[in-house]
Amino acid sequence: MTSITLDRIAHAYGGKPRSESDYQLKPFQHVWEQGLAYALLGPSGCGKTTLLNIISGLVIPSEGRLLFGDKDVTRLPTEQRNIAQVFQFPVIYDTMTVAENLAFPLKNRRLPKPVIEARVAEIAAMLDLTADLGRRARGLTADAKQKISLGRGLVRSDVSAVLFDEPLTVIDPALKWELRSKLKAVHRALDLLMIYVTHDQIEALTFADKVVVMNDGRAVQIGTPAELFYRPEHTFVGYFIGSPGMNFMPAAVKGDRARVAGFEFGLGQVYDNVPAGQPVQVGVRPEFVSVTSGPGLPAQVRRVADLGRKRLAYVSLGDHPLVVTIPREVEGLGEVVAISIDPANTHVYVADARVQGRAP
Amino acid sequence: MTEKPLNNRAWFFVLPVLGFVLFSSIIPVMTVVNYSVQDTMGANSFFWNGDQWFRDLLNPATTIGARFNDALFRTLAFSLACLAIEIPLGIALALCAPRKGWAVGISLVVIALPMLIPWNVVGTIWQIFTRADIGLFGATLVGTGLRYNVTQEPISAWMTIVVIDVWHWTPLVILLSYAGLRAIPDAYYQAARIDGASRWAVFSKIELPKLQKVLVIAVLLRFMQTFMIYTEPFVVTGGGPGSATTFLSIDLDKIALGQVDLGNAAAMSLVYYLITLTVCWIFFTVMTQLERRRDV
Repeated sequence: MTSITLDRIAHAYGGKPRSESDYQLKPFQHVWEQGLAYALLGPSGCGKTTLLNIISGLVIPSEGRLLFGDKDVTRLPTEQRNIAQVFQFPVIYDTMTVAENLAFPLKNRRLPKPVIEARVAEIAAMLDLTADLGRRARGLTADAKQKISLGRGLVRSDVSAVLFDEPLTVIDPALKWELRSKLKAVHRALDLLMIYVTHDQIEALTFADKVVVMNDGRAVQIGTPAELFYRPEHTFVGYFIGSPGMNFMPAAVKGDRARVAGFEFGLGQVYDNVPAGQPVQVGVRPEFVSVTSGPGLPAQVRRVADLGRKRLAYVSLGDHPLVVTIPREVEGLGEVVAISIDPANTHVYVADARVQGRAP
Repeated sequence: MTEKPLNNRAWFFVLPVLGFVLFSSIIPVMTVVNYSVQDTMGANSFFWNGDQWFRDLLNPATTIGARFNDALFRTLAFSLACLAIEIPLGIALALCAPRKGWAVGISLVVIALPMLIPWNVVGTIWQIFTRADIGLFGATLVGTGLRYNVTQEPISAWMTIVVIDVWHWTPLVILLSYAGLRAIPDAYYQAARIDGASRWAVFSKIELPKLQKVLVIAVLLRFMQTFMIYTEPFVVTGGGPGSATTFLSIDLDKIALGQVDLGNAAAMSLVYYLITLTVCWIFFTVMTQLERRRDV
């Protein structure tokens, strides 16, 4: 029951990094707090699994210190770390029954038999495995096998953290929702630190209290799902979270006005701190650009996408493309509509990082 | 989607092979069957003998029956001895073999080397190697005061033939096991570390179960080859001293080609063949059925 501290942890596979791009994981400072559910979100190859394996000890970082509580465990072997991890593909012990599989991590740690049995029964009930407890694990479906893997990860009550490495990849979509909410319920019931690696934003946003968005070996933002949606600190977060992602437009910003492709509109804050000579962008999510009947910016509709629960239009403002939420009525392609951009949810980015303005 | 046309004419492609098998195997075996139910007075005249050759062979009170019994017992003992050494040794060495880096290629080639040597050459190498007067191995053992002589001591002869087979064919078990081990995904080893499994648990709960299918094949191959062993004892011991290393194949050779006793030899070779087939079939069926039954 401790928090986990990453003290400038960095990793380069295959030894000495010469430049920053040699790092698979760039120096990272973070405290994972006891009892919270985290998601590590990012595209494939962004270093999220490396980070997870560093915490569990399957990979020893080339730099930095890893602390469980205030104990330095950087070089401690996995089996002495008191950590559980669930992998992407089911790992089961072929010759054992489901019950023996679930009991295995406890048996290896020489817990008394009654404790093991009680714990196995509890976890099996949580994951709907009770009926299968006496069966050999090998004959089961991939879904059930992955549930066993999850169960083995959750069965130890004393772990510092449970790590999940894209655990629902092999699971049927219908069952995915169910298992995810089960994991969430388990998290609430067990009060454990959980870290969940995924490249699926829905999975991350529904599971986690806090999401760590990673790109290219770097954590670009750590925040609640709402923070990531309403205030992306980095253009990558804006682009990666949301479907489709944030609109970014190269702009000239002066005070509380922005000029894009010759058109000017208002911002929610006053920016007099924008440095000269660096690329400036204005970012706004499609959800905050709407078609208005009043005065607005003239935009030409290029393409309409009906997603069922919402309708999007791909428009161009001058020569700049933009995605806009549209009401049912808007029709014709090529039509010029008036759009309004919500100033409160429009942000200014300099060199990909969000700039905080001051209140007007 | 278009449906695949059903066309049985593809069977014609198999015909040349069937023809080849007919001439290389089926017709020769039929001559053996023919000999096994006939007797001859020489001058190429044969007459019907019914199942008499088989009755004699399977009756230990007859000379041929006793001889067959002894040779069968020796051959089974030899097979079991070789399996008992080669399988565990092969697995153990496969576990020790390097898994990455430059050492992989070198060690695999070195391991495979004995298998590339033809049987009769293996026999000749070992025949010289084990000679008590000039052989490096034989002379060294004699030098340490051991009573080692392949042509005079039954124990020396037996031990030598077993050692030759172990040296020649353990590499097959190593390579099969090595391939089986390499096929186990890393996640299994990682999960075992997370679960706090001991080295023994990793072996018995992950590696051995995953190797099972490969090992069934290894045991079958090694059983068949050791049960039919011929060249090594023929070259190194000649079946002796006395009849200590006269295995079924050697005995069969003596009866068929040495004594030209075609009826006895034919009956013996058919029974020999059926034993090999039956043992393999039972072993394979039991192993696969056991697995299937446990899964349910």
